[in-house]
Amino acid sequence: QLDRGCALHTAARDGLSSVSSQHVPAEKPRAVFHTSESDPAKHTEQHEGRLYNIPLEEVKAVFPHGLPYRFQQQIQTFNEARVMVRRPALELLTYLKGSNFAHPAVRYVIYGERGTGKTMTLCHVVHYCSRQGWLVLHIPDAHLWVKNCKELLQSSYKKDRLDQPLQASVWLKNFKSSNERFLQEIKTQKKYMWGKQESTEEGRPLGEVVEQGLARVRSASDAMGVVLKEIKQQSHRGSFRLLVAVDGVNALWGRTSLRKEDKSPVSPEELTLVHNLRKMVRNDWSGGAIVTTLSQTGSLFKPSSAYTPQELLGKEGFDTLDPFVPIPVPNYSPREFESCYGYYLERKWLQHEKAHTEDGKAELQFLSGSNPRQLDRLAGPL
Amino acid sequence: TLRLVGTTTAVLRKNAGAPGPEKYTEAFIKKQIEEFNLGKRHLANMMGEDPETFTQEDIDRAIAYLFPSGLFDKQARPLMKHPTEVFPEQRKIQWGEDGRPFHFLFYTGKQSYYSLMHETYEKLLNVQKHQDQLIAQDLPLQKEKRNLASSRWLTKIELEEMLLEKVSDDDYSRFIQLLEKLVTMPCADIEEKYIQKFSKEVPVQLQKVVIEPLQYDERGVAFSTGEGKRKTANATAVVYDNGTGKITVNGIDILHYFPVLQDREQLLFPFQFLGRIGKHDMVCTVSGGGRSAQAGAIRLASAKALRSFVTEKEVEFMRQAGLLTVDPRVKERKKPGQEGPRRKFTWKKR
Repeated sequence: QLDRGCALHTAARDGLSSVSSQHVPAEKPRAVFHTSESDPAKHTEQHEGRLYNIPLEEVKAVFPHGLPYRFQQQIQTFNEARVMVRRPALELLTYLKGSNFAHPAVRYVIYGERGTGKTMTLCHVVHYCSRQGWLVLHIPDAHLWVKNCKELLQSSYKKDRLDQPLQASVWLKNFKSSNERFLQEIKTQKKYMWGKQESTEEGRPLGEVVEQGLARVRSASDAMGVVLKEIKQQSHRGSFRLLVAVDGVNALWGRTSLRKEDKSPVSPEELTLVHNLRKMVRNDWSGGAIVTTLSQTGSLFKPSSAYTPQELLGKEGFDTLDPFVPIPVPNYSPREFESCYGYYLERKWLQHEKAHTEDGKAELQFLSGSNPRQLDRLAGPL
Repeated sequence: TLRLVGTTTAVLRKNAGAPGPEKYTEAFIKKQIEEFNLGKRHLANMMGEDPETFTQEDIDRAIAYLFPSGLFDKQARPLMKHPTEVFPEQRKIQWGEDGRPFHFLFYTGKQSYYSLMHETYEKLLNVQKHQDQLIAQDLPLQKEKRNLASSRWLTKIELEEMLLEKVSDDDYSRFIQLLEKLVTMPCADIEEKYIQKFSKEVPVQLQKVVIEPLQYDERGVAFSTGEGKRKTANATAVVYDNGTGKITVNGIDILHYFPVLQDREQLLFPFQFLGRIGKHDMVCTVSGGGRSAQAGAIRLASAKALRSFVTEKEVEFMRQAGLLTVDPRVKERKKPGQEGPRRKFTWKKR
């Protein structure tokens, strides 16, 4: 094992002499799988297959919600957050770096089979944007809004729409904690009435709208709608960059599992949150980018073998999102697999004595099929 | 030879007092044979074929055509066969009109058995006499070894059929001992013909499993095929050399076809055993059975295919590991009076 590490080492060292070499080569195999570049802006193809560290405070600030559950558990276990740099993420970052913000926002759809790392790619991009100082609008999972909702209120704003106060308030809380400084800077453009008595004047910071939404849970969905509208208008003007990151965007156009009181099914347009989000995802504004992920795992009424945009989005969603830049996310390449395996070994996550051998590695690769999620689940009991 | 349906009725009768099935007299049998031949000629005429060359197969076909029957039991359908096949062979009456038996050993009860023993002993004495003559003439004793490995003696049931009377276990063992003694004598070749009446050929059953050699396809890559079964699933596997460890089942990758880890472990087992995990590619087709049965079938098929790539010693190891044996377990039949194969109905006290 150590020999292999050293061999890879020397090869890597020769190719990497120019990049920031804070890792001293020929020391430990650790350096092969890790890079100390914690700024995604500086990640290039040479970092492909390596894991980079995000300091824990940043994790709490940037990702109050949005990381996959198992990854959060892994962070707790290892006491550090290591994200792998992979090709699709690098592709996206190059596009973002080179995009012209005067044009309408470009839409990117990350798709792939189950458990290949789409959400992690999205989180990588979100981290980059927050480092760059963009305003990040991160919706962790749009599927949470179209299923398992306990309360549905009829909207006061529009008669035939339904509100979801709980989900909206949760999201507002997380949004507040991740984008504190923007909420002070952005000012409202219009006067908004919340019910008969409360209102927010023009020119007040957006933070007040959020506070209003959190205080009065009934109007949380409307507050969210206001926030989204304001942000869109202002980023169109160009005062800041906006990133709309939606995970599980196919939920916006599928079916819901919610029912109205007369047991008739609810279609997604009737939900305020979904309606507002659809407006955000349309590319009629400029000054930012829209990065979305398709997800089959949480989707309703879709077969488990579906993973292409066409199947998961349906005709309506596809037409709305068209044109977009598709970004497929494949399983681990051999190199990525090795670096993931090396990381588990190094953190002593694989305790089984056979797991340390070459044969064990080959077995793991065979059984998991180089699928990140399968590998993670396999390595768990070992 | 006469074909008997089961054992003879005369042999099975224990209670001599009870009247058995009716005995057929010789005249009766003769009449039946005449009627059969006549009927055969009529049938040939009806079918438009030549009466002279009308065989038993033709008769069977003609009867099946003229009397179609939907019965499942083949023996219950209309039948036209030679009377000797239809009427079981019976002992003809052993005594004449005056009541005196024909055979001198009739009053022993087992006349054919004792006569057989007398005959065999006579042959034995013959052989001994011949041997003494040869020794007297100082000629070398001929010793041609009989091939004992491929022949066996008649079984007790076969002997009963031959003698048309019951033979007890002791009698049978004594007869076999006598035959063995006869055979071990040096000059037993004289009575070879007599001995052959009581011995049967056993076909040589050494079927050594042939390991097929590797085949090469257009690209020059070596491959081999194997088949496997488990419960109701049938699988064929083609294992290619110089591969990356990719496996395709019915055109689908194994990660998608077998989402359960256990099935994938079954597929992994032959390769892991030989230590060739990432070296072979495999393309399989499988049908029937359930998820686990298909996995087991593919495992067997891939193990059989891998035999061609591997030394004989490793083949032996695989066989001992149980990778090459067909799993005989199948679903057990449900019995009447029970809810399942083993589960009984709920027992209620009242």
